[in-house]
Parts: sequence; structure tokens; C-alpha cells
Amino acid sequence: MPDHPPTELLPPDSRLPPYQWLQRNLFNTWYNSLLTLICGGTIAAILWFTLHWAITQAEWAVVQQNLPRFLVGRYPPALYWRLWLVLALVVGLGIWIARKQPQTKLNLVNLALPAVLFLVMLWLIGGGLGLTPVKTNLWNGLLLTLLLSAVSIILAFPLGVLLALGRQSALPLLRGFSTTYIEILRGLPLIGVLFMAQVMLPLVLPADLRLDRLLRAIAGLVLFNAAYLAENVRGGLQSVPRGQTEAAQALGFNIPLTLLLIVLPQALRTVIPAIVGQFISLIKDTSLLSLFALLELTGIARSILAQPQFLGRYTEVYLFIGLIYWFFCFTLSHYSRRLE
Amino acid sequence: MSQPPWRDSRFWQIAGQAIALLVVVLLLLFLGNNLRQNLQRLGLQPDFGFLNFQAGFSIGETPLDYKPTYSYWRALLVGLVNSLRVMVSGIVLATIVGMLAGIARLSENWLLRQLATLYVEILRNAPLLLQLLFWYFVVFLSLPQGISFLGLSLGQTGISLGELNLSPEFCALLLGLTFYTGTFIAEIVRGGIQSVARGQWEAARSLGLKPAQTLWLVIFPQALRAIVPPLGNQYLNLAKNSSLALAVGYPDLYAVASTTYNQTGRAVEMMLLILLTYLSLSLSISLLLNLYNRRVQLPER
Repeated sequence: MPDHPPTELLPPDSRLPPYQWLQRNLFNTWYNSLLTLICGGTIAAILWFTLHWAITQAEWAVVQQNLPRFLVGRYPPALYWRLWLVLALVVGLGIWIARKQPQTKLNLVNLALPAVLFLVMLWLIGGGLGLTPVKTNLWNGLLLTLLLSAVSIILAFPLGVLLALGRQSALPLLRGFSTTYIEILRGLPLIGVLFMAQVMLPLVLPADLRLDRLLRAIAGLVLFNAAYLAENVRGGLQSVPRGQTEAAQALGFNIPLTLLLIVLPQALRTVIPAIVGQFISLIKDTSLLSLFALLELTGIARSILAQPQFLGRYTEVYLFIGLIYWFFCFTLSHYSRRLE
Repeated sequence: MSQPPWRDSRFWQIAGQAIALLVVVLLLLFLGNNLRQNLQRLGLQPDFGFLNFQAGFSIGETPLDYKPTYSYWRALLVGLVNSLRVMVSGIVLATIVGMLAGIARLSENWLLRQLATLYVEILRNAPLLLQLLFWYFVVFLSLPQGISFLGLSLGQTGISLGELNLSPEFCALLLGLTFYTGTFIAEIVRGGIQSVARGQWEAARSLGLKPAQTLWLVIFPQALRAIVPPLGNQYLNLAKNSSLALAVGYPDLYAVASTTYNQTGRAVEMMLLILLTYLSLSLSISLLLNLYNRRVQLPER
């Protein structure tokens, strides 16, 4: 047996010579030719505008001189090695997760290792327990953006799962509470929720419990994202066939055990892409905290732009931080598309 | 043989609800009690009477008659009208941009397809707030003499077309919201069109319809069934995101409410006002969309 199919069965070569390709894809009818010309003109105009600006007007000194501030803000330079270590851990963890098969079992090691590593990273960033402590108001820039997103999604996740279970529950009171919470939070703009967290939280908590600005911001993000995560998880719960619950009950599982061991593991696996999507919008949403005096990436950019020597360098700074946001969101969205 | 109560599932149903009720009531009592004590300590009793006081701040854009001597009520009303203005025009424009980009992503024309993909992939993955700042500070405020084209002029004073003058703040917010939301609508439209069976295209073609006619008369009405529900979510998102107006200095409801809070320190009252207004706006949009959705969906037989 030949190990390759006979040549006459191979599909015809679908590649066309350049001239024919052009004709087939760009100039096959008069209106397509017109469209091609308009699009070509638009692209040329954008390119010319950008190049003209980049060559004659752009001054990238504002980015070069402030690079460490964009990335980590006012974090003490003597302690940068700790952040490098954190970066190494993140990259290692990323590779470890990316090499996992999608069907990997969620066993203790797979769940505990990221959790332990995350705590180690927080310890490395914040210090204490033998390391020099670094106050939270010195964690700025990209470091703060990523940290806020990661902490918020991790804390919002259990709350979201509970809310989703509550909304799907057979008990009317539980369902009522969860639905009310989810619908109210989803009807509000994030900026309103963050305002509530900054202003109302100190008012509804005991007077001797003082949360700092960062914790209040995290609380706002968590409360907001939990409602959206709950709707994603609910979709996953609905996708688990009824037969699974019935089979578990026939085997004598009670309701909590059925949920924990049978329904949730299947439901959560299907909603991983939606959760990554939520994480992407969370990364973008952290930029709103710059309106509440937090120096995350957008906040530090605005504070740099307020310095007299960098006045008016909006384009360079906004393009640079836009590229950073874009890189993370685009990479993650491609990763989640691969998971689907 | 009688069962002990914890073996009965009805017992747990009642107990579960009782526990949930208890937890929620205790939490609300705890928070409410703290709020009462904190407000007492600050000497602020919840009272909406201050809304009749003189506002004392000026508003950049006043579609209604407004002066700083008018009341906070009036200022907030002006903010609400400003919000509605940007929401409605944003929804209309974002729909147009999104539809065009979504169709362009499926175009036969390779260059157009790439251009639409580039637009969607770039703008969708950057924060809206940053895009608003970019439109405002880079596009509008960095154009000293402005650009004129076919009677439409664009520059530091915003956009003007004949009689119509739009402030740079309004334009930056509107364009930012439009092009950001447009990327999501484009993806929804693309998915909707792709969800229509191939046979429909082929059938329309064999009936002698032109591609444009096929799209408009055959494909689009069917695609709408998949498009309308997620499109509604995008409209809601646009309405909520319009509250980012604060960042470019456009006096929408949230910005005016924020100024009012800064002047009066009335956190609870302003919070309730913002909450109720945005919730009723969201609810009205969902209601309208549900009505429309019912018309679009296939009638059940």
C-alpha cells in the first residue's frame, strides 16, 4: 500500500497566480473595484497620516523616560528583583497551564498549585514575613492593573457561582434574592458601582473598620463582576443535561453533593471561555479606577501627562498604554477562542 | 416508621429558605444600622430637600434653559437630557457602523474584509475610557485650525455642519461610544448572517436575486432572529457606558450628580438617584427591545 493517496485524487491547487487572485478578490465587478479603491485610499490615508506624525512630530522621550513608571509606578527600584521573580512565576504558571490538555481533571494539585503560587506572588509584591513591606499606594501602573484584574476575578468567581446556583435554585426565596442582586448590578454602570464602593462602603461598614482606596476599588469590581459571572455560570448550569442530576439522585447523592461533584464540574468546564471573556472586560474596566484617584495604567499615564515637561504628549502616551492593554486583551481573546 | 426531619427534603427546603432569609435580613440590618450611626456622627440626615437649593455651578451644555441660580433638580434634569441625547444618537450610529462593519467582514472584497477585521480587532481590545480620552485630547483638541470637508468642519470647537454645532465633548463621547460598541455589534451581525443556512443564499441566487437583494430581502430578516437579543445587550452597554462622559467633561447625568455630591456631600441621596435613574433607563430599553424581539422571532405554532 502506498502511504500517500494517488495524485489524481488530490484536490486541485487552490492558489491562484497573483494577477488572477487580484481579479477574483478585488476587481471582479465594477462596484468591487470601487470598494477596493475606496478601501485602498482609506488605508493609504491612515498610513500617510501616521507615518507623517511618527516622523515629524512624535517624541517618544515621554515613554522612554517613564517606562518603569508605566510598568510598576512608584514601586521602590531596589526591590524590582521581587517583581522579576513574580514575572518568572507568572510565565512559568502560564506555560504550565497552556500545556495542559483541555480535558485535564480538576484535581487537588491542579487547583492548589496556582492558588499557592498566587499567594506567594502577593507576598513577593507586598512584602512582610521577612521581606521589606511595600505599601499598596506604591503599587501602580501595569502591575496594579493586572493585580486588580486577577484579584477581582478570583474573588468574584465564588460569589458568581453562588449567585448562579441561587438563581437556578428550586427555593423561591433564594431565587428571588439572587435574581434581584444580579439584575440590579447589571442595570448599573460600572462607574456608578465604583462610586458606590468608594463613597457608600465606608458609610455602611462600622466606623472603626477603615478600608483603603484600593480595597474599596476591589470590592466594587468584585460586586459588579460577580453579577456578570453569575449569568455566565448560569448558562453553563443550564447546559448540563437533566439526566446527570437524575442519575446522581438515583445513586443516592443528596442535592449539595450532586451540585458539587456532578453538576458544577461539568458546568464550569463549559463556561471557561466566557470567564476568560469576563476577565478581558475586567482588564479594560480597571481603567475606570483612574477616575477614582487610583494610579493604575491609565491613572499613571494621566499623572505623567500632567507634568509640565510632558504637557500635550497625549498621542504618544495614549498609544503606548493602548498597545499594552491591547496586547493582553488580544492574546487572551485568542486563547479563549482556542479553548472553544 | 417515622423519619427524622433532616431526612426529609421538604424540611431542608424550608430550612434553606429560612437560613437565606435570616442571612439577608441580618446583613441588611447590620449595614443599615452602621449607615444610621455613621450619618448621625456626620450630622447628615437623609433628606432630598437640598435638591431645591440653588445649584451654583454652570453646565457646559444646556439643551434646557439653565443658569447657575437654578436648583439642583434642574441641573440633574439637564444632565439626564444630555445623557439621553448621547444614548439615543449613540445607539443609532453604533447600529449603522456595526451593521456595515459586520457585513464588510463577510464581503467578497479581500481588502474590505481586512479593513473591517482590523477595525474590530483593534478597537474591541482597548479600554473604552482610553478611546474616549484619545478622541477628545488627540483628535479634537489637537486640531488647531481644524479640517473642513464638504461643509462639514471638524476641530477644537467640535463638529459643525451648517446650522448644527456639536461640542468637542459631545463628539468625542459619541464617536468613542459609537466605534467601540460598533465592534461588538459587527461581531453579532457577522454571527447572525453566518447562522443563516447556506441553502438560503443558493435558493435566492437561483431565483435570480442580486447579492445585495439576497442580503437585504432573504438573509437579513432571518439573521435578525439571532441578532436582536445580543444587540439589545449592546444597547444596554452603550447606555451604561455613556456615564464615562465624566472623563471628557461632557455634563451627563452621572457627571452632574458627581458635581452635586462633591458640593453637598449627600452620598446616600445621590446614590439612590443614580441607581433609580439608570435602573429605569435600563429597564425601559430592555422592555422596548423585548417588544421588538417578539415581532422578529418566528411565531410559535
